[in-house]
Amino acid sequence: MTFHITIDGRPVPVTPGQSIGAALHAAGVRSWRSTRFGGRPRGLFCGIGVCFDCLVSVNGRTPERACLAEAAPGDEVTTA
Amino acid sequence: MTYDLVVIGGGPAGVAGALTAAQAGLRVALVDASVRLGGQYFRHSADPRPAPGLGRFLRQARALDRRADVRLRHQVWNVTREPGGGLTVHATAPDRTAVPLAARRVLIATGAYDRPLPFPGWDLPGVLTAGGAQALLKGDGVLAGRRIVVGGTGPFLLPVASGLAGAGARVLGVFEANGGLGLARHPLLALGKAGEAAGYAAALARHRVPYRTRQAVVAAHGEREVEAVTVARLDKEWNVLATRVVECDTVAVGYGFVPQIELGVQLGCRTRQDVDGSPVLAVDAGQRTSVPGVWAAGEPTGVGGWRLSEVEGRIAGLTIAAESRAAGSRAPESRALEGRTDESRTDESRTDESRDAEGRDREGRDGEVAGVLARRRERWRAFGEALQHAYPVRPGWQGWLRDDTLVCRCEEVPLARVREARDLGATDARSIKLLARPGMGWCQGRICGYAVSCLAGEPPQPPRRPIAQPVTLGALAELTDDDPTTPPLT
Repeated sequence: MTFHITIDGRPVPVTPGQSIGAALHAAGVRSWRSTRFGGRPRGLFCGIGVCFDCLVSVNGRTPERACLAEAAPGDEVTTA
Repeated sequence: MTYDLVVIGGGPAGVAGALTAAQAGLRVALVDASVRLGGQYFRHSADPRPAPGLGRFLRQARALDRRADVRLRHQVWNVTREPGGGLTVHATAPDRTAVPLAARRVLIATGAYDRPLPFPGWDLPGVLTAGGAQALLKGDGVLAGRRIVVGGTGPFLLPVASGLAGAGARVLGVFEANGGLGLARHPLLALGKAGEAAGYAAALARHRVPYRTRQAVVAAHGEREVEAVTVARLDKEWNVLATRVVECDTVAVGYGFVPQIELGVQLGCRTRQDVDGSPVLAVDAGQRTSVPGVWAAGEPTGVGGWRLSEVEGRIAGLTIAAESRAAGSRAPESRALEGRTDESRTDESRTDESRDAEGRDREGRDGEVAGVLARRRERWRAFGEALQHAYPVRPGWQGWLRDDTLVCRCEEVPLARVREARDLGATDARSIKLLARPGMGWCQGRICGYAVSCLAGEPPQPPRRPIAQPVTLGALAELTDDDPTTPPLT
């Protein structure tokens, strides 16, 4: 049933159909990005693709919104 | 291939519009960014829990799937007018390739998103919008936290709080900044939605969730994430009277909704101010915008909830079908469907005179739309406007901010810099943006736009965003008709 993705090499369990952002949040990883100027921690805020706070890189691609990206088995998520 | 209709948005308005038009024989495509149809209100997991109206929506979604080209996980970033008069809806596929869809007509059903207000600490992880907490629960089956504070204004806080409590979170309180009457006198009761309001009230009581009016979350505290909030008692204008600290790990806040209208603004559609000051797309009785070939339904024409959205979507589908017929632009193969009755029609009752097979042609005309559906639309529109009246945003929230409180989360612009810009002579949101950069980051002012307008002392302006979603340069390059491999003729 559940599968795993990794965030910076650490495994995170995923229930099929979950977004990457939801899987991280559920695993207790509530921030995965630092802001450019203040270095402030950021994770999910709007949860529906509006705020862009939850940007991650998946499998080396350019940043995308974790709340919109559906997790796939083996996805390697890296944070900035 | 050219579609008779491309619908943008797969919530109640978009699905009702697309299905109505497809049932009338039009060749229809619907584009949505999500993995499933539903929009925000009907967001659901692969194995959805029952929810009011959801079963009906899912029947419509399944029927649509059989009759239209439903493209999920596609983001629309622009709609352009072609020289021949047609429209092109520019979307990007999940692999980020460009997907241009040629359309004779377009229905904008892009919904709305939570309207947040800034407060000290609102950018700490663990502070989410109310809709975000709801989306996590409904779409992903994930509880936003264990000890949750819900705050803001509007009836939406009730389903959010009761949903979270029902799923096992400890909801420490619902802090409604407006009102003063409590749940027993909640406007939902006065508006004939007693059943719904009573249901939420009972759920909150069952889980011992306190519902407090004239109170708000005015600050969040914590190092790496939220650990506590300051809850304030407010006066009528939302100035702070007294405060206390509540320990929690999660905050869900929302102060109403922002209609998503940028695609309409790109196309030059006329806007109007809604009751709460929000810019919305102006439409006529048939849901037509001021731009030929462009319709709008649901929250982009004024926030009013899913029932209003659905009826507006149906009216749009009918008038689009009627105009399409008049223009003789129906796909020939679709004529086989004509006159056929269908179990999956968008209606809930079969007795409604506007929806029998014979009535289909009649109801397509505006005169008939002005009948049953128009009356239903008026009723739900009045309901939406009453809620906007009952749950305004009061100016006192500006006093919750400190000099270092971020107004814009993307560009990390604190209140002090917004004030500086104002002191330098910036008297409107646009000048403040140019001087201090709020609204210039990734979200393009979607999150801070309302707050910046308030701080500038003007009502929120229609958003000017030439590109509604991030897009690759490759996709942009594909817009040009010139073949880059062909050498110039000169």
